[in-house]
Amino acid sequence: MGKKSTLLSRVIGAPYILWAVLFIIVPIGMVAYYAFTDATGAFTFDNMLEIGKYTDTFLLSIWLGLLATVISLVIAYPLAYIIANSGENRQKIMMMLIMLPMWMNFLLRTYSWMTILEDNGLLTTALNSIIEPLFQALGKEFEPIHLINTRGAVVLGMVYNFLPYMILPIYTVILKMDRSLIEAAQDLGCNKLQVFKNITIPLSLPGVVSGFTMVFVPSVSTFYISQKLGGTGTTLIGDIIETQFQTANNFHLGASLSFVLMILIFICLAVMNKFSDEDGEVII
Amino acid sequence: MKRFLAISFVLAILLSTLAPTCFAIEPEKDYSHLRGTSINVYNWGEYISDGSEGTLDVNKEFTKRYGIKVNYTTFESNENMYNKLQSGGANYDIVIPSDYMIAKLMEENMLVELDFSNIPNYKYILPQYKNLFYDPQNKYTVPYTVGMVGLIYNTTMVDDEVDSWSILWNEKYKGEILMFNNPRDAFGIAQFLLGQSVNTHDTKDWDKAIELLKEQRPLVSSYVMDEVYNKMEGGEAAFAPYYAGDYLTMADVNPDLAFVYPKEGVNYFVDAMCIPKTAENKEAAELYINFMLEEDIAVANANYICYASPHELVLESDDYDLKGEPVLYPDESETPKTESFQNLSYDIQNYMSQLWSELKVEGNTNIDAYIGLSVTLVLVIVFAIFKFVQKKKREKYYD
Repeated sequence: MGKKSTLLSRVIGAPYILWAVLFIIVPIGMVAYYAFTDATGAFTFDNMLEIGKYTDTFLLSIWLGLLATVISLVIAYPLAYIIANSGENRQKIMMMLIMLPMWMNFLLRTYSWMTILEDNGLLTTALNSIIEPLFQALGKEFEPIHLINTRGAVVLGMVYNFLPYMILPIYTVILKMDRSLIEAAQDLGCNKLQVFKNITIPLSLPGVVSGFTMVFVPSVSTFYISQKLGGTGTTLIGDIIETQFQTANNFHLGASLSFVLMILIFICLAVMNKFSDEDGEVII
Repeated sequence: MKRFLAISFVLAILLSTLAPTCFAIEPEKDYSHLRGTSINVYNWGEYISDGSEGTLDVNKEFTKRYGIKVNYTTFESNENMYNKLQSGGANYDIVIPSDYMIAKLMEENMLVELDFSNIPNYKYILPQYKNLFYDPQNKYTVPYTVGMVGLIYNTTMVDDEVDSWSILWNEKYKGEILMFNNPRDAFGIAQFLLGQSVNTHDTKDWDKAIELLKEQRPLVSSYVMDEVYNKMEGGEAAFAPYYAGDYLTMADVNPDLAFVYPKEGVNYFVDAMCIPKTAENKEAAELYINFMLEEDIAVANANYICYASPHELVLESDDYDLKGEPVLYPDESETPKTESFQNLSYDIQNYMSQLWSELKVEGNTNIDAYIGLSVTLVLVIVFAIFKFVQKKKREKYYD
């Protein structure tokens, strides 16, 4: 579209702009308003000062979110590459299989992980029955493994729930890639590895960046996964925010925590973008 | 086909106008003008007979009798309910919170007085459940259920004698203890153990209670509300403090579970029906309250919920499966020491919420996060330097 906006483009764009103002700009403004006011509506920094108590929780949330994102990337990239390079019918089936779990509600999926990972759950019982003879063979005392209420379980929950958001953008980017570039590289004598390293990876970076965003942001701010799978040892910042709104009835602290979380996520993504921008190819 | 539809439509209209006059249960009052309206009911989860496993679907029955649609939604805790009600996002015609929350709602002028002439079945409520502490003149509420908190434990996992809350602080059961995920009930247990009042207005008392809860935290596997069913039924935990009525539901599934009222004292609560100020269909709401007190409906609910009933006819009914159940209706001699929650002042509530948030993050060991994040930071910096050097090299090359 040209720089001059025509009447038509303005008319078409209007509903979205209205939407964005009503449901994005105004709520962010309200978060900011609540973050810097107290119960009487007067301006205050107290909420922000109180956040210091939750520094550790912020760090833990970012760390687990990062871990989940990196694991998702490691799983998703090869998978997306394989799918994008396979036959058309196969592609359809594989994409279907990836989308299928998303038809079920997110809460239900997490809840069922709770039953799978519990000490008497399916996976734990199975793993323990495999490990037990090994311990006996080594002559060591058998210690049953615990899966639920660990940080690993939380990361697992994040990866499981958000993996499709990593696969889809990478898959799309690889699929749309200009094949002639690969052929050109092959003509110029690149072997498979060199083609992958010099052509495929740089060209698929935009997909990786948007996948990174789409997994990292919900992982950092999740509360349901950590509540159900994390037990007492893994309270994330999302839990704290949820408590402020649901039980503590302290909207001001909740808003200021959300505000700081937004800024932190923004910084993380800015760092991420900085690197990809330098190569001059990436826009989220 | 069209004609058939038209005829049946006319018949349906005729029937619906005739029905109240012909088959009405209470002929003295005419509710036909409420047909086609709807009411919004906001209640605890798992707190009404809903038609599952062959039980009576109470809301459907109400619609069948009066032609009023019931929009039924549930909440997980009194605090949840309060926030939803206060934020004004939705209008409810009936809410069923607990005693202390009702007192708070009354204090903040969020309830309307009931017109008891529209609720004739109120006469079935036993006298000891009228004019209770939260609503001394009984203007706003009609009791729905009553109950006590107790300690549920799994007999296959516990070999000590269980009669005190202090067992929830026993190192032996580390990782096998569940705790309430709402501040009032969780603090209550610590306060009973400390011998404090659960309604204390002294912040020092709350400090002592939170100290005790912080001490317990490493032993707790998780803070739960309704997940407690799955966890206790599946033998995932040895102990869970919860509401007596819910124990009966769990014991049906897992007979290894046992129940005790700890000697230090337990919380006694009443959940009651009331109508918020924002209600838009008050007349239908009062009809609904009256309907909930009909004998068959009250029995169906009491059988389903398994909480003690304040309803005279239920206690006498032969259809009531839990008649005389000792957990719900203990003998005089076995009645535990009880204290009810009262509404706390705004400051104390804030103080309690703040302590509760602190408890949630207390003692988290985050060494993995520190190490992980610093490694990431170092990697990012190394990568940045590498890129920078590469760029310089490239620039040099092009020069």
